[in-house]
Amino acid sequence: MSFDDWLRTDRLPHIWCSGCSNGTILNCTLAAVDAEGWDPDRTVFVSGIGCSSRAPGYIATDSLHTTHGRALAFATGVKLADPSLNVVVFTGDGDLAAIGGNHFIHACRRNIDLTVVCMNNLIYGMTGGQGSPTTPLGALSTTSPYGSSEPAFDLVALAVAAGANHVARWTAYHVREVQKAIQTGLRTPGLSFIEVRAGCPTNYGRKNRLREVTDMAEHFRTRSMVKAKFDRLVAEGRPIPPDTIVVGEFVRRALPAMGVAP
Amino acid sequence: MTKLEFMQGNTASAEGAIAAGCRFFGGYPITPSTEVAEAMARRMPKIGGVFVQMEDEIASIAAVIGASWTGKKAMTATSGPGFSLMMENIGFAVMTETPLVIVNVQRGGPSTGQPTMSAQGDMLQCRFGSHGDMAIIALSPDSVQEMYDLTVKAFNLAERFRCPAFLMADEIIGHMRERIELPDHVEIVDRRPLEPGRLPFEAGADGVPGFPTFGTGHRVHVTGLTHDERGYPAATDPAAHERLVRRLVDKVENARHEIADYRVTNPEAEVVFVCYGSPARAVQQVVSDHPGEGLGILRLRVVWPFPEHALAEFPNARLFIVPEQNLGQVAREVERHVRVPVISVPRLGGELHTPDELVRAVEEARSA
Amino acid sequence: MRRELRLSGFGGQGIMLAAVILGRAAVMYDRCYAVQTQVYGPEARGGASMAAVVFDDSPILYPEVTDPDILVIMSQEGFEKYGTIARQDAVMLLDPGLVHSRPACRYYEIPATDDARSILGKVIVANIVMLGALVASTGVVSRDAIERAVLDQVPRGTEDLNLRALRQGYVRGEEARG
Repeated sequence: MSFDDWLRTDRLPHIWCSGCSNGTILNCTLAAVDAEGWDPDRTVFVSGIGCSSRAPGYIATDSLHTTHGRALAFATGVKLADPSLNVVVFTGDGDLAAIGGNHFIHACRRNIDLTVVCMNNLIYGMTGGQGSPTTPLGALSTTSPYGSSEPAFDLVALAVAAGANHVARWTAYHVREVQKAIQTGLRTPGLSFIEVRAGCPTNYGRKNRLREVTDMAEHFRTRSMVKAKFDRLVAEGRPIPPDTIVVGEFVRRALPAMGVAP
Repeated sequence: MTKLEFMQGNTASAEGAIAAGCRFFGGYPITPSTEVAEAMARRMPKIGGVFVQMEDEIASIAAVIGASWTGKKAMTATSGPGFSLMMENIGFAVMTETPLVIVNVQRGGPSTGQPTMSAQGDMLQCRFGSHGDMAIIALSPDSVQEMYDLTVKAFNLAERFRCPAFLMADEIIGHMRERIELPDHVEIVDRRPLEPGRLPFEAGADGVPGFPTFGTGHRVHVTGLTHDERGYPAATDPAAHERLVRRLVDKVENARHEIADYRVTNPEAEVVFVCYGSPARAVQQVVSDHPGEGLGILRLRVVWPFPEHALAEFPNARLFIVPEQNLGQVAREVERHVRVPVISVPRLGGELHTPDELVRAVEEARSA
Repeated sequence: MRRELRLSGFGGQGIMLAAVILGRAAVMYDRCYAVQTQVYGPEARGGASMAAVVFDDSPILYPEVTDPDILVIMSQEGFEKYGTIARQDAVMLLDPGLVHSRPACRYYEIPATDDARSILGKVIVANIVMLGALVASTGVVSRDAIERAVLDQVPRGTEDLNLRALRQGYVRGEEARG
């Protein structure tokens, strides 16, 4: 089968705006589960609330679209109750890092055998562009009209510190790398966390001089720096531009995990 | 055959759950319910079940809902503050028709209140606490035996009607130890699987759709959004919303006769106590100590859906007296259904009504 | 016949355990009815501790102890809270090493803590000594029942110690009653 076969075609078109990266990330994820040969009848997609969380509704497997922030807690129940199921969680920056922050930390600590794909668009998209815990300092949103005054969360650092077995970050520009990272996640026992920087031209780009879809893609392309280079520059004491997006694999390890199929 | 035991109420609830087929427990420690979780932590791994201590009560009920969708019978146990945290996901369970059991060993509120003292202050919260119109099932045990028996029953009702079922216990019953006879066999109801050819949320005459267990090929979409019979979001379709919410409420409320479970003492009585949970023990003492004085008892083992027809079991009733460990939450419901005076006898502070206090309430009401 | 018992002391003495053992003895081995309740406080150790047991040969309706027939008092604080209001025809067992007041009702002085320390070598079994004295002096449950219930509830390896404590309590209970 191809990844098209994983879609609930009777639910299309989707609700996402033109230029939104969520469709790209959904495609990467479906390409990954398809490439891994997962059985759609034994796969469950779980999500919370937000633009990202609509993704499971478009996938022709069992899917659980839950409450805001709680996807990982629901997914923990699914996976512990039946470890033979494959479970993937879609989430976003508001869902995961704000209201669901505690569940994120504890899912990583338990190292539950889930693959978590976070569509991080730096904004609350569904409610119309409010600041989130990943909105960069100074960025404009409807609730930070004079520029965000709050430092942003580094989701990758959080997942690594909390104990996830596999952690990666890419952007929606890096479609092959995203798919590959997700495939690695699907294969890794324990929690795999893949942050994908996602473009939201409608609610983030419009306010932050990334209005055009191509502006956002260009931003991802030019601001991304692979982790190896970043580490080298840091070691050499060289300056790093403040809006750099460090991409790549941050950790792959085999800490004790829960909910792994026997 | 039964096995005699001397057991704590909370432990009996855990044992009842296991007898009913519960194989997943997700919870968070909170007084005075913690012994339920502790018993589950000891027992679950030995019977092939799962115990998980989650990071809070929101996560606990979320995990229980997730587990239920894999086909496991699942439960959590909590008390006031944790119960408040669970409210949003209780609504999710109602909306997605997820069978599960929530044990609430009630303590004094509001807020942190009286962690170690008894109360029945969450009786309306379990009924109406989550947003939106809904219906749920709530049972209330008055003994350690009923902590067991009604936990079994809560599972059976949750599975039968695909909704949350609450065991609304109180600290006194949860913590007391007394004689219990553990049956070696209990009647078990399992959720009906989704029938071939039916849409996942398409119900028959009883309003309860068959259950499309995850991993069995139904590829079902489960969402807390208003959805159609396919399970697909229909959140801006007024007709779909009304159809869904009315069905979710009617499947429980229209089955109130089937769900009803109450005990009648002295149906010829003129003065009738309506009670549930630990105050029922004081009521039974009073009525036993005062035979021939026209006192009767309607003891509710199921409180919600409220069995209003049970009030008609007392054709001579001139007065209903409702002792509760709250300011009259169920008394108000009784009042809605009868044309004679209803006297609420609240007791706050965490202690049980004394028999003397109830006798005085009868005397005062009679002389009024 | 309904009998109400209240036990009071401080946390760590095993007041709760004593009450649980009594209830278990009555239900499991004397085949009658019992309800055990207790006051829960936030302290795990220290602080006042109170437990209660209702015994009856028919099912128990009201589960709480309101006016006990029998009191076991193992702290001065417990005496002040419950001992001073004991009714005239009640009987009280008190540990004279821990309680300096004496009630208006009939009472037996049971040096449970001293016996546990000096005769049995483990102060921790003072509650079991007191149980033995209680059974011997009041007969709330049978000796056979209390012995079996004690064996059910105590940690493995301590059975002998606890049975010796119980029997020391029988001696004290018989002496006290005369």
